[in-house]
Amino acid sequence: MPDANEDPPDIEDALLRRGTRTAAPSAIRSGRDVMSVEVALTVFRQMLRTRALEERSIKMSKSGEAYFWIGGPGEEAFNVCLGLQINKGRGPAHDYLHLHYRNAGIMLAMGMPMIEHTRQLAMRWTDRHSRGRNFVGHYSIPEWNVVPVTSVIEVQFAMAPGTALVQKRHGLKTPGENEGISVVVGGEAGTAEGDFESCLNWSTRPGAELPVLMLVTNNRYGISTDLDSVHTHRPIADRAIPYGVRHETIDGNDPVATWHGIDRAMRYCRRERKPFLLEATVSRLHGHSSSSGAQRNWNEIDPLNAFEQKLIDAGAIDTNAVRALKDEAKAEADEAVVETMKEAEPTREDVYAFTYAPSEVDAAYPKDYTGLPGAK
Amino acid sequence: MANMAQAVRMALHYGEKHLGVTDVFGEDVGPPLGGVFTATQGLKTAWNTPLDERGIIGTAMGIAYAGGRPVCEIQFCDYAFNVLDMFKIAGNQRWASGGGYDMPLVVMTPNGAGIRGSLYHSHSFESWASRLPGWKVVMPSNALDAYGLMIAAIKDPNPVLVLLPKALLRARDPRLIPGEPADQDELSRMIDAPIGDRADWEPNWPELEDHTVKIGTAELVREGTFGTVISYGRPLPLCAQAADELANQHHRTFDVIDLRSIFPYDWEMISRSVLKTGRVLIVNEDTEVTNFGEHLLRRIVDEHFYDLVVRPRTLMGKHVPGIGMNQNYELNSVPQLGDIRGALWDLATEAA
Repeated sequence: MPDANEDPPDIEDALLRRGTRTAAPSAIRSGRDVMSVEVALTVFRQMLRTRALEERSIKMSKSGEAYFWIGGPGEEAFNVCLGLQINKGRGPAHDYLHLHYRNAGIMLAMGMPMIEHTRQLAMRWTDRHSRGRNFVGHYSIPEWNVVPVTSVIEVQFAMAPGTALVQKRHGLKTPGENEGISVVVGGEAGTAEGDFESCLNWSTRPGAELPVLMLVTNNRYGISTDLDSVHTHRPIADRAIPYGVRHETIDGNDPVATWHGIDRAMRYCRRERKPFLLEATVSRLHGHSSSSGAQRNWNEIDPLNAFEQKLIDAGAIDTNAVRALKDEAKAEADEAVVETMKEAEPTREDVYAFTYAPSEVDAAYPKDYTGLPGAK
Repeated sequence: MANMAQAVRMALHYGEKHLGVTDVFGEDVGPPLGGVFTATQGLKTAWNTPLDERGIIGTAMGIAYAGGRPVCEIQFCDYAFNVLDMFKIAGNQRWASGGGYDMPLVVMTPNGAGIRGSLYHSHSFESWASRLPGWKVVMPSNALDAYGLMIAAIKDPNPVLVLLPKALLRARDPRLIPGEPADQDELSRMIDAPIGDRADWEPNWPELEDHTVKIGTAELVREGTFGTVISYGRPLPLCAQAADELANQHHRTFDVIDLRSIFPYDWEMISRSVLKTGRVLIVNEDTEVTNFGEHLLRRIVDEHFYDLVVRPRTLMGKHVPGIGMNQNYELNSVPQLGDIRGALWDLATEAA
């Protein structure tokens, strides 16, 4: 067993995953769900990139290049499959994303460069999401309808009905553009907060049902507290039953099952303009955050290794190609960090910036906020 | 001659018609009631929500993210305590996103004592609100200002909390809102919903005009030389009345400042008046420990210590958990006319 901070030995790994097939497969299967090899390899590559970025991020937090890390190693399958299916853009015709702080894979799959993650991690002024003000993974991209991630868990569930309300109206006025839905992601521990219930309630008002895709990633832990000691043994998805909301629980570690679970839920929200609650069981490979050490937990299922094995077994990829993809992803993450560390940090003058929007009806702050009213 | 509730209603109608308000919502805000104080009767975009304050603020934020223009209500500010973190998040979205997202929403809520509201309908919220950077907070003391501040709040691209002193919601303003008919009965026939079945009722709105009270501007409602009184909301008319009485009976005159805007506040007007009189009394009804008035007092001491001729003082609500139902509780826990008059007399007559 390798140390908690080390990668598993490569040679053993490769031997274990040597494939035996000779003809290239046309599809990857999981139960009744099927994924084309082309999509599977795209998902796999994005999962590798996400893992490489997360592992480099943990090293940043341990080396002093960053102060605090939180993220989602173990949730790559879910995040990548979601990110690749988002209707990306600005405004109510596109999907709104109300995320939490384990969603790097969504953003990379949507096309965010790695450096936009590491800049936030390193608290740079160049951090487009928060100007070095927020924890890593607290993304904010107006061009993609990614609203600011907040560290308070589950509050995003109270906001999603608002964007969905505007989207539903938009679809009624412009039927050709009625596809946009509001996607809200949280963890299973957060469902203890009332905001989760608010989302179910506000999305199901009779005659005013809303296209909200509620996604709960269930990694079985709230910081260090086991799910079974705080929640009933019933699936989180069952919480949709009293609201009459369609729901499903999927294996979030299996990209094929996850892809189709998200696809089914999204198609329902888009077409019916109603909510869906999708629970995805996932792994947590590095604990809650750097505050709990971020040590590797080898006892959890690794969705990346499992998918790699599946692809090799199916003959969709060989170990050399896997190695090349891994090297490429690691190099990309390393380069992002090198560039990030050259960039400027915020200064004393930046403290007040972006506090208030300029306002013509404000006598004290018509242009910029400059501290207390009348301060010299 | 509108009362404050009618003025708010007219401002919201003006907002719907001219300023892009897309949603006016909250508990009992839509038909049939139109708000527990009737401040949202007859509005085109008004709708009723679940009884869920966190859902109200969260949904308002979502609407604002998606380009809507929401005005929502917390039915009484006493019920805003379970949305403090939602308020905090709404206030920090622009800062936290490095200017990526503005948060143009308006929250209105009745505030303070004076209607026998007991523990959960009498609290004051402005001191809590003043600790929410990113928000603007206003509190009118008359109908015309309520109209003007509501319109400013709607126009402002930042989150604005409009605190409505519930004891003054029925108080009529002798001044007319631009476009309002002069006859108050005529106004009532036009915009007040009938008692009973309202299914077919529609308001007949007057042709209202813009009237914006800029956020951050106080009003000097009385002028004098014996002291400066800074107040807002329910106690403000009492301060003006006390000042009038002392002027008429004892020839002691005071600057009475209606702050109107809690944040940003009109420091220039405060500063100018303190320089002139050297004597300061701050009056509000929020509880006295860590009260917003203490911030003003601290700044006045910091910046005008050597300009003061007597000790500056405050008159505030008692530090008790609530306003008791019996009137003896209310009368003795938040400042009343007699308390203000006494404090003003002491301020004006203390030897320098």
